[in-house]
Amino acid sequence: MKGMTLIVKKTTQLIGGMIFMYGIYVVAHGHLTPGGGFAGGVIIAGSFILITLAYGDDFLKLVGEKAGTTMVESFATIMVILIATSGFLFGTRIFFNNFLPKGVVGHLVSAGVLPLYNIFVGTEVAASIFIIFLSLIIFKEESSK
Amino acid sequence: MNPLIPLFVVTPLVGAFLIMITGRFIKESDKYLTSFVLLFLVFISFYSLLTTGENLSVYKVGGWEPINKVPIGIYMVMDGFTSIFVCIINLIGFLSAFYSSSYIKRYTAGNYFYALFCLMIAGMNGVVLSGDLFNIFVFLEISVISSYALVAFGVEKNELEASFKYQVLGGLASFLILFGIGFIYWKTKTLNIADIKEVFNAGYDKSYYLFVQILILSGFGLKAAIIPFHAWLPDAHSSAPSPISAMLSGVLIKAVGIYVIIRLFFNMFAVSEGMAILITTLGTLSMVIGVFLAIGQWDIKRLLAYHSISQMGYVVLSVGIGMTLVSRGANQEVASLAIAGGIFHLINHAAFKGLLFLNAGAIEYTIGTRDLKEMGGLAKSMPVTSATSFIASMSISGIPPFNGFFSKLIIIIAAIMAKFYLLAALAVIVSIITLASFLKFQRYAFYSKSDVMKNPQIKEVPFPMVFSMVILSIICVLLSLLAIPDIRDAILTPAVNILTDPIKYSSIIIGQ
Amino acid sequence: MIAYIMCFILFLVGLYGVITRRNLVKIAVSLSIMEISTFLFFALIGYIDGGIAPIVDPADPAKTYVDPLPQALILTAIVIGLATTAMLMAVIIRLYRKYGTFDIREIKKLRG
Repeated sequence: MKGMTLIVKKTTQLIGGMIFMYGIYVVAHGHLTPGGGFAGGVIIAGSFILITLAYGDDFLKLVGEKAGTTMVESFATIMVILIATSGFLFGTRIFFNNFLPKGVVGHLVSAGVLPLYNIFVGTEVAASIFIIFLSLIIFKEESSK
Repeated sequence: MNPLIPLFVVTPLVGAFLIMITGRFIKESDKYLTSFVLLFLVFISFYSLLTTGENLSVYKVGGWEPINKVPIGIYMVMDGFTSIFVCIINLIGFLSAFYSSSYIKRYTAGNYFYALFCLMIAGMNGVVLSGDLFNIFVFLEISVISSYALVAFGVEKNELEASFKYQVLGGLASFLILFGIGFIYWKTKTLNIADIKEVFNAGYDKSYYLFVQILILSGFGLKAAIIPFHAWLPDAHSSAPSPISAMLSGVLIKAVGIYVIIRLFFNMFAVSEGMAILITTLGTLSMVIGVFLAIGQWDIKRLLAYHSISQMGYVVLSVGIGMTLVSRGANQEVASLAIAGGIFHLINHAAFKGLLFLNAGAIEYTIGTRDLKEMGGLAKSMPVTSATSFIASMSISGIPPFNGFFSKLIIIIAAIMAKFYLLAALAVIVSIITLASFLKFQRYAFYSKSDVMKNPQIKEVPFPMVFSMVILSIICVLLSLLAIPDIRDAILTPAVNILTDPIKYSSIIIGQ
Repeated sequence: MIAYIMCFILFLVGLYGVITRRNLVKIAVSLSIMEISTFLFFALIGYIDGGIAPIVDPADPAKTYVDPLPQALILTAIVIGLATTAMLMAVIIRLYRKYGTFDIREIKKLRG
């Protein structure tokens, strides 16, 4: 896949990092402000997609990238389930139990396990949306050969 | 709280995503992992079938206790009706997965297949265990999206076209269901099935109620392929890989379609005569039209798919008869008998239709065609496939002593006792046409003299496929035992009681 | 009330598209329109006149909040819609590669 013009590349350089950081902010503050794992994950995936579109990449590299991202996605999903199950194992045998101390309302480290869920859900969503994008691109590259 | 309930959903989910990781590093780990996960699920589902009985256990996810008897968390409910369904889902699932371990060799990317398979199981277990309307929708989408992908797994012309049709109609059904859920939430401000029942009991607007019922019935009817909504089923079920066809026809249309219709129309909506007669009519139409569409087919899997519509018609018909009687308030014993017959036939259909699709897969695996005209004389070279498919064909046509006979007998007796003589006569006629259709299948596939089949290379399929078929045929024979009153009381009666009792389900859940 | 009727009309527009269009991509777009109309409906039923965002202010808990549950529901439904649309698009491009056309009248291998 070919990259785009210099203007696009330069602009992407400037804003790609910012979009990524904003996604991380939305994920990290998921329990305090509107947004959270899904919304933040989509923003993070958006930054990856932007960079891939602007700079283009080798076909084989894209395939490798997809394999790696699949690993990340599966790992994040398993982590979400593990956190849910650990609530099941500790104490009261309740699935999705919020077993950590709740902290003070409004602080960044509060709300028990919710930030952890947000982080892994964010990773999962970012990875899966990026996978959808990569699969479609790889398919297009394959058929144009 | 019964700690086993969430395991039904969690185990296959973990399995699905573990397969994606381990499948890359350890060769063939995917099929062992899937079989192991599903075997574990089979054990816990049979354990819950034996221990549940008349009990109803509620699991509150996240430990959210109700406030002033208003449920606020997501509830998972295990009762007699559900425990039958988890047994069917996981047992057929395990056998299909085991069968796939040799069947799937012709496709690449086996680990994707098994991961999607586990996701589908997780979704279906979630649908039947959920006590919350929106949760049903979410799990339903998990299972049907994985089935869209599995139908298109061969990525050839047929598969893709079938999957496209399936997705468009499935999407339509999902939005109808979502609209229905929205309308229910608008009036009741709750999503818990039991709580909705309580709120509706306090009084409702009649036309609004009817509108919601029609939305829900058409949405889930599309998923269940009841006759006016059946267009996608023959394509999707015949194009999928055979173990997946067995899952789709044997389990999926029941778990996400019939189960939800029965559960919601008995336990959430108040049973009304108009809806009951509508459901009975739809069932009768499915039963009759399905079999007439089936009889002209020459493609084995298409023939079986049309018979699925017809046999599901039996289930819907008898449940509809039961519902009519419950709404009239008379003859509760006959109503119980009709519903028991419906559930019994549903269990039987899972067993024999699963087996028939596995047989079709075995034939396709060996000779590479699904056209009945191009095969013949397979009985000598494939004795196990031939014998098991004979058992399954006789079961579906209702020949004693196989299971299909007893369930059809109960349905027909119930119809006669309820004075629906026409429906009873139709059920008998459809059964005879089914027999004719399956005799055609038997004759052309296994017994006719054909020169094409003198090929010495044709031999019995590998062990995992034989194993699954033999186990299912044994189950087909054993299921006739459910007709014995004592065993029926232990397994079917709790399910029927929870459905026919108008307040038991909601009062127990709200009371906890 | 007019908003509810509009979102029902949007649903019917989508349904009309699914039934009458012959192009695979247009069918997918029509399905998305139906999906959006459903989400809109959910957002509407959660709306309460004069309500604010449902973040509880400990100083003044008696304010009117909009119903947060439908919003959570449509977030879930949007995720599901994303998966459905991606799946549908993947099938459509594969169909295009096999048949070389988006016209549904030419894609009819399965009949009867």
